[in-house]
Amino acid sequence: MPPIRSYHVSLLQQLESEALYVLRETAAQFRHPALLFSGGKDSIVMAWLARKAFHPAGLPFTLLHVDTGHNFPETLTYRDSFVEQIGARLLVASVQESIDRGRAVEEKGHRASRNKLQTVTLLDAIADQKFDACLGGGRRDEEKARAKERFFSHRNDFGQWDPKNQRPELWNLFNGRMHAGEQFRVFPLSNWTEMDVWLYIRQENIPLPSLYFSHQRQVFQRDGSWLDAETGFAQPQPEELIQQKTMRFRTIGDVTCTGAVESPAASLDDIIAEVAAARQTERGTRADDQRSESAMEDRKKEGYF
Amino acid sequence: MDLLRFTTAGSVDDGKSTLIGRLLYDSKSIFEDQLEAVERFSRKRGDERVDLALLTDGLRAEREQGITIDVAYRYFATPRRKFIIADTPGHIQYTRNMVTGASTANLAIILIDARKGVIEQTCRHAFLANLLRIQHVVVAVNKMDLVDFAEARFEEIKESFTNFASRLDNLVEMTFIPISALQGDNVVEKSTHMPWYQGPTLLYHLETVYVGTTENHVEARFPVQWVIRPQSGQWPDFRGFSGRVAGGVFKPGDAVTVLPSGFQSKIKEIHTSDGPLEEAYSPLSVSLLLEDEIDTSRGDMIVKSNNPPQVSQDIEAMICWFGEQPMSPRGRYVLRHTTREVQAVIKEVRYKVNINTLHKIEDDLEFRMNDIGCISVRTSAPVIFDAYAKNRITGSFILIDAGTNETVAAGMIRG
Ligand SMILES: Nc1nc2c(ncn2[C@@H]2O[C@H](COP(=O)(O)OP(=O)(O)OP(=O)(O)O)[C@@H](O)[C@H]2O)c(=O)[nH]1
Ligand SMILES: [Mg+2]
Repeated sequence: MPPIRSYHVSLLQQLESEALYVLRETAAQFRHPALLFSGGKDSIVMAWLARKAFHPAGLPFTLLHVDTGHNFPETLTYRDSFVEQIGARLLVASVQESIDRGRAVEEKGHRASRNKLQTVTLLDAIADQKFDACLGGGRRDEEKARAKERFFSHRNDFGQWDPKNQRPELWNLFNGRMHAGEQFRVFPLSNWTEMDVWLYIRQENIPLPSLYFSHQRQVFQRDGSWLDAETGFAQPQPEELIQQKTMRFRTIGDVTCTGAVESPAASLDDIIAEVAAARQTERGTRADDQRSESAMEDRKKEGYF
Repeated sequence: MDLLRFTTAGSVDDGKSTLIGRLLYDSKSIFEDQLEAVERFSRKRGDERVDLALLTDGLRAEREQGITIDVAYRYFATPRRKFIIADTPGHIQYTRNMVTGASTANLAIILIDARKGVIEQTCRHAFLANLLRIQHVVVAVNKMDLVDFAEARFEEIKESFTNFASRLDNLVEMTFIPISALQGDNVVEKSTHMPWYQGPTLLYHLETVYVGTTENHVEARFPVQWVIRPQSGQWPDFRGFSGRVAGGVFKPGDAVTVLPSGFQSKIKEIHTSDGPLEEAYSPLSVSLLLEDEIDTSRGDMIVKSNNPPQVSQDIEAMICWFGEQPMSPRGRYVLRHTTREVQAVIKEVRYKVNINTLHKIEDDLEFRMNDIGCISVRTSAPVIFDAYAKNRITGSFILIDAGTNETVAAGMIRG
């Protein structure tokens, strides 16, 4: 009798190999897929996995950054060096341009956000470039509408999600067939939790924007979150006092709607310990999700990722 | 196993979502802001108490109607295990979404409303879970608070479900637990209302039940997903067949056959971006390099030469029909199996299954939405498969309506 072997596969290995499988299915089933790259940790991990999936060949995807124009400078520096490191092509679709061209109308007032406008810019970029699928770093554990997403999420020819009528998705058999003009969003990280992402970043030693680590920052408080006061994109009102604090970001998005958290976590080990003890969800720092009870679902129905 | 994937099942309103909410809440797996949001919504709607089902019923339409429409995935961990939960809808109209959640699960919690007992939808879900070869079942008899926590009622339901289940094959293990999802009895905390019940709480059972792997480590199967051919001088002759191992173990030097062509070669290297591997087994994603230049592309399967799968244009399978339109007799569909897509024509409907009795129906052979039964199909090109009972990956397929592009059936190939 041969000895009984156990073929152990760690959780991170399982998640990685599932993501590689999804990325390869995307390359195989679509004519012209894009990978949405924001410079946030989930899209960084997704791009990292894409490089692995097709190694030693290059990425069969264009990286697409839907740029609200409200970036932390570190994000852009990081974006450009990361894209160069993995040898990818980057396309920037600019919300500012959509506004200038009259495709989107800027919200007014000091709470104005470009979050909703991103959808217009994304859908225009999809139409211009004839993308038929967009890979997103969304995870089911992030948010209650995302918890309902398929790996291959069908969108109609307006880019809209119809959550009441999703295609069944059985085993790992993804049905990416569609009529001309329709699209897909694909989520290779569907089954990853925030913790898995951090553990993977540590395991792989993936470089990250410095914003994720503890640093001194000028911030002001609005609706319980700490907004950045250094880049000038978020407009503090007279009663919103600017303070210097030891902060880090748990998620990175548009400056005007991404809150920082007070944290001394300066290393990946510190962050992992902090995430393990967290009592608030990471999207709790995102004003874009707090606008209404079903803000994410509504945006997805409009064509958001 | 350090990860357990489980699904809920059972009829509409039996308390599946409430149970998952309770499980997450009592095991302290809910974030404060999530709980506040759910409390706020419950208050606004005028609920008597916080409706924990809202933790998974996240869609606007679900919250308005108080039912689950599509499967929600939740993730939580205890010191003993990590869990991926699929909370699925009980309504018959959304059976396709229940099957979606169950198709990747290793264990099913089947809920039964203690007042109603075993009803048709309980049987349908139990049968589907069994067809999908979920071999571990927890039968949670819920709403015990509404039957005075009566042992007699629990025993009665236990007997009637056991009766039904005796006609299912391949069930490895079945555990009955009386609970109240609403009040938390026997979910995470032991109930003080049912001293007659000596068994484990639901969470303890989920944490400790032994669940073997569903991976097949015997017959080596590698469906080719994508061919990697770098256009760079650094890797001049590199040709990697990338994919995810669907069964067995591959090692450099192994004699392999590429199907359906039948060409033979040896494995030269198992490539990953982190360096070559000594061996690859499911579910790892790798790239195989072969000794010989063989014409191989997506949809082909690399197998070890000593135990080949079946290669045939005729398949017999159990299917569950999801299409809104009935299956058209002798109709043509697209059949997607592993990484291969072929045309298929329905040759024959052998029988449908009566969900309540599990008897064969042979006089009404029209497959309507949610019907389950056995068919045979003929495909335009060979399919490379194993029985579903042997291998979930090489034994499963879906049918797609080429006109609407909708997925209209799930198929499990018979041996
Ligand atoms: N009294 C009592 N009521 C319960 C219990 N569990 C659930 N309920 C109630 O039963 C109703 C349905 O609960 P859900 O959790 O939404 O049922 P479900 O099985 O998820 O329903 P679908 O997902 O639509 O199939 C709600 O009003 C719950 O409050 C229980 O243990 N006792
Ligand atoms: Mg429910």
